[in-house]
Amino acid sequence: MSKQNQLVRLALCDEHIRMGAKMVDFSGFYMPLHYQKGIIYEHQAVRQNVGVFDVSHMGEFEVTGENALSWVSYMTTNNAETLHVNQVQYSAMCYQDGGFVDDLLVYRLEDRVMLVVNASNTKKDFLWLKHHLPKSGVELKDVSSSITLLAIQGPKSKELVQKLTPINVEEIGYYWCKPAEICGVKGIISRTGYTGELGYELYIPVEQSIHVWNELWKIGKAFDLEPVGLGARDSLRLEMKFALYGHEIDAEHNPIEANLGWIVKMDKTNFIGKDAILKAKLELPKRYNVPFVMKDKAIPRQGMKVVNSSNTEIGIVTSGMWSPSLDKGIGTAYVRNGEHTVDHQIFIQIRDKAQPATIVEPPFYRK
Amino acid sequence: MAYVISKNRNYTKTHEWCLTADHVCLVGISDYAQSELGDIVLVDFKVSVGQEVKAGDVIATIEAVKTVSDVYAPVSGTIKEINSKLADDPSVVNQDAYGDGWLLKISAANYSECDALLKPDEYENYISSSH
Repeated sequence: MSKQNQLVRLALCDEHIRMGAKMVDFSGFYMPLHYQKGIIYEHQAVRQNVGVFDVSHMGEFEVTGENALSWVSYMTTNNAETLHVNQVQYSAMCYQDGGFVDDLLVYRLEDRVMLVVNASNTKKDFLWLKHHLPKSGVELKDVSSSITLLAIQGPKSKELVQKLTPINVEEIGYYWCKPAEICGVKGIISRTGYTGELGYELYIPVEQSIHVWNELWKIGKAFDLEPVGLGARDSLRLEMKFALYGHEIDAEHNPIEANLGWIVKMDKTNFIGKDAILKAKLELPKRYNVPFVMKDKAIPRQGMKVVNSSNTEIGIVTSGMWSPSLDKGIGTAYVRNGEHTVDHQIFIQIRDKAQPATIVEPPFYRK
Repeated sequence: MAYVISKNRNYTKTHEWCLTADHVCLVGISDYAQSELGDIVLVDFKVSVGQEVKAGDVIATIEAVKTVSDVYAPVSGTIKEINSKLADDPSVVNQDAYGDGWLLKISAANYSECDALLKPDEYENYISSSH
């Protein structure tokens, strides 16, 4: 794999290799796809117990200055100005035409705002933000390479995280965070994640990555902590029908079509993309992103065509895989308005066969 | 990740193995192939017993959680048997690629086709040189 040399190797890269991870190129980062026990095992470990993901490839930006929060609110679709200190918000950045630049997390911290963006979009997002910086009152800094991000997810995550820190983890509500000592290192504990399980994300200074990683495994042993790769991260998020950039969301689609209207706040002051998204909302979209379940043993994949009962093409699959929890093929697709209702039967063109599928209510997986 | 290359059979560049015994070629995918695919969740056979195939024809599609890959006939001949146990538990291919995880049996039209495939050491060189 000569290409390996050009890939970014993050602080914990060698630790993953030592643990037997299958490493892959993910948006230019050399990342674990899965470890020795495989995606399904790791997926179940998070659903039933607790797992840790190294997601340090994600991008982090710091926004400071007196107008930081109002500017972030202008750049994003959700209302950042309603955030309290230490509160977190799921949001999106859109172009003037309403298409997605990216989805992101907005953290309002004591002295700054932190934006957490997709690894594949870090450079693009930073340039987009920089391009819209006002002449004064706001400073923007890409701090991605100074932060290691560990996601600890699963029903036992709270107990485990409590062993890593002197603060009371119980006090951190869903989508809130708290600066804290983590294994003796100053960082941030955030009750967030993208798995649908109880979970926390730990922001740690990159220099302390290996120390925290080693401490985590010492303590994690008693919890049967499992390392989890990006493969299970994808299967866990898809079972919840959480959107992923490059799949359900991209520059060609707006939040209304993506069923993410809830992160667009029309009643706030102006933001980029407002007019276009408002128009999309009023006119009703031509297509919607819907979750579907395969009727028979078949697995949909991104890019496959969707047809209706009269064999007319009505859309395209945006994500698809085998669901370890449902033991069935599941997916998401953009389908024509009118063919998007729950219980409606559609067909996925899987190689030479049109395989029946049913549109369902999200999420796919419920406890 | 580590993989095993069984010494008593031949291989193709598309990672099938072929073991000839009693005039029948037993066909499967290599341990390397299963480890690259990851957790296998579906083996979709494209042929049925009695059907004639040519070397290189798609005989099955293997679906893993995140990936999908075609399996090609390593030799020409008639499909004699399909491993029906894989319908219930396709993960056998992950666990025992050279044993219980076999895919199908082909009555070869010409047995020399199997002998002409890659020998174990040639296959090993092929895998290590392609990375």
